Amino acid sequence: MIEERFDAIVVGAGMAGNAAALSMARQGMKVLQLERGEYPGSKNVQGAILYADMMEKLIPEFREEAPLERHLVEQRFWMMDDRSHVGMHYRSDDFNEERPNRYTIIRAQFDKWFSSKVREAGATVLCETTVTELVRDERERIVGVRTDRRDGEIHADVVVLAEGVNGLLGTRAGLRARPTPDNVALAVKEMHFLPRETIEARFNLKGEEGVVIEAAGTISRGMTGMGFIYANKECISLGIGCLVADFQRTGQTPYGLLDQFKRHPSVLPLLAGSEVKEYSAHLIPEGGYKSIPQLYGEGWVVVGDAAQLNNAVHREGSNLAMTSGRIAAEAIGLVKSRGEPMTATNLSLYKKMLDESFVIKDLKKYKDLPPLMHTHSQNFFLTYPQLISRAMQNFVRVDGTPKVEKEKATLKSFVKARSWMGLFGDACRFARAWR
Amino acid sequence: MDAEPSVRVEDKLYYNRYLVDIGRPHVKVRAHTSPSPQLVALLNACPARCYELNDEGRVEVTVDGCIECGTCRVIAEPTGDIQWSYPRGGYGVLFKFG
Repeated sequence: MIEERFDAIVVGAGMAGNAAALSMARQGMKVLQLERGEYPGSKNVQGAILYADMMEKLIPEFREEAPLERHLVEQRFWMMDDRSHVGMHYRSDDFNEERPNRYTIIRAQFDKWFSSKVREAGATVLCETTVTELVRDERERIVGVRTDRRDGEIHADVVVLAEGVNGLLGTRAGLRARPTPDNVALAVKEMHFLPRETIEARFNLKGEEGVVIEAAGTISRGMTGMGFIYANKECISLGIGCLVADFQRTGQTPYGLLDQFKRHPSVLPLLAGSEVKEYSAHLIPEGGYKSIPQLYGEGWVVVGDAAQLNNAVHREGSNLAMTSGRIAAEAIGLVKSRGEPMTATNLSLYKKMLDESFVIKDLKKYKDLPPLMHTHSQNFFLTYPQLISRAMQNFVRVDGTPKVEKEKATLKSFVKARSWMGLFGDACRFARAWR
Repeated sequence: MDAEPSVRVEDKLYYNRYLVDIGRPHVKVRAHTSPSPQLVALLNACPARCYELNDEGRVEVTVDGCIECGTCRVIAEPTGDIQWSYPRGGYGVLFKFG
């Protein structure tokens, strides 16, 4: 056993773990962070978008040092059928600001830098160490962790579980349930490399400007899912994700979906001539507010993806992760500064503070959307995209048909596919869940 | 659109870096005579196609190309069909980009 005792052990060096370790170390706490990867970032997978506001709260000057790709000036939403997409683009020169709001990043590179700041703040970061178990005392309180290193038992006053979406330790210890097929999505991603100028020309960008495309529709073959295309400096992150339950039910393969997405006529020209340098996969928490587990207990708190803190509607996760990590660290710091023990009662402060933040407020706002999307996936991801595509084609194609007849045909196609009651019901359900 | 393309996952995995923990697989399939629906689902759901049907009609796992997503755990650990953990520290997939 390592005799040294720590104020806090942080399991995992992703966004949540780094935020927690950094914030606690800065408060003068003695922090040990354990990471199973070769270096921090080597096991971390994300699209990825970095949200500056939440990052600034941790490292205000991050823009000067961090490996950032492009600041986003444009967001595109594509509703796709097999041969077309109906798009909504928002591009604004306002995003070319002194302190841009969102950036594309490459996680393995960003996290390595983030971790260097954690070390600078005074935390001990131990890589290539897999935590295998939580250690309890005779009163069932969590008092430390066991690792796969020899003599690998280490003790601390509090354990911050930033172990990622799988949350293996917490589920093994019975602190929360294992993720289920209907509350996590599987996303697969490829990194496509192209010359910088090519990317800028294809995406209509100059300098450091960036764009993201979020896509939904028949690309997920009726499953609840989304595709994404993010422009980095010299590569494009491209991926697609669907609920695990849908993969299980349909027998679709993730790589089959990815390749179909890549070969879509709207996507193919963006990738032409690219060199793929990595293929990755990751689970994404999709359950929303109703899937948030117990967040604290005797000697422990859980943060980030492990706590299902992900906003599936806005595709935000890393900001919720780093914010929950920071708030947990602040709560722990407050308990410690009062000279009190890390009991569940005292650590409930973390939940109280999190409830008051955008993290829980946003998840609460959309609490009914994940179930709606999951149970009506055929309508929202297959039927409507096809109907809307046909309506658009009918609208723009000039073929001598009188406009009145065109409108009638469009309306008829909607009613035929979903019926008046169905259309009305879908609209009500969606509005209610969005509210 | 075309039918399911013949995607070779092996080619995709070739892009990745791995440090394989030889002789210590982090995922194991429980011995069975005929595979459960959960095990059968893994044949298609695993993004690295680590699961394959052998000549006896049983599901086998080869973890060398595993990208550690956890999909198989979510599907088949509750039924006891597989045992799942992370590789030992430092082993497994090593993402350059992530």
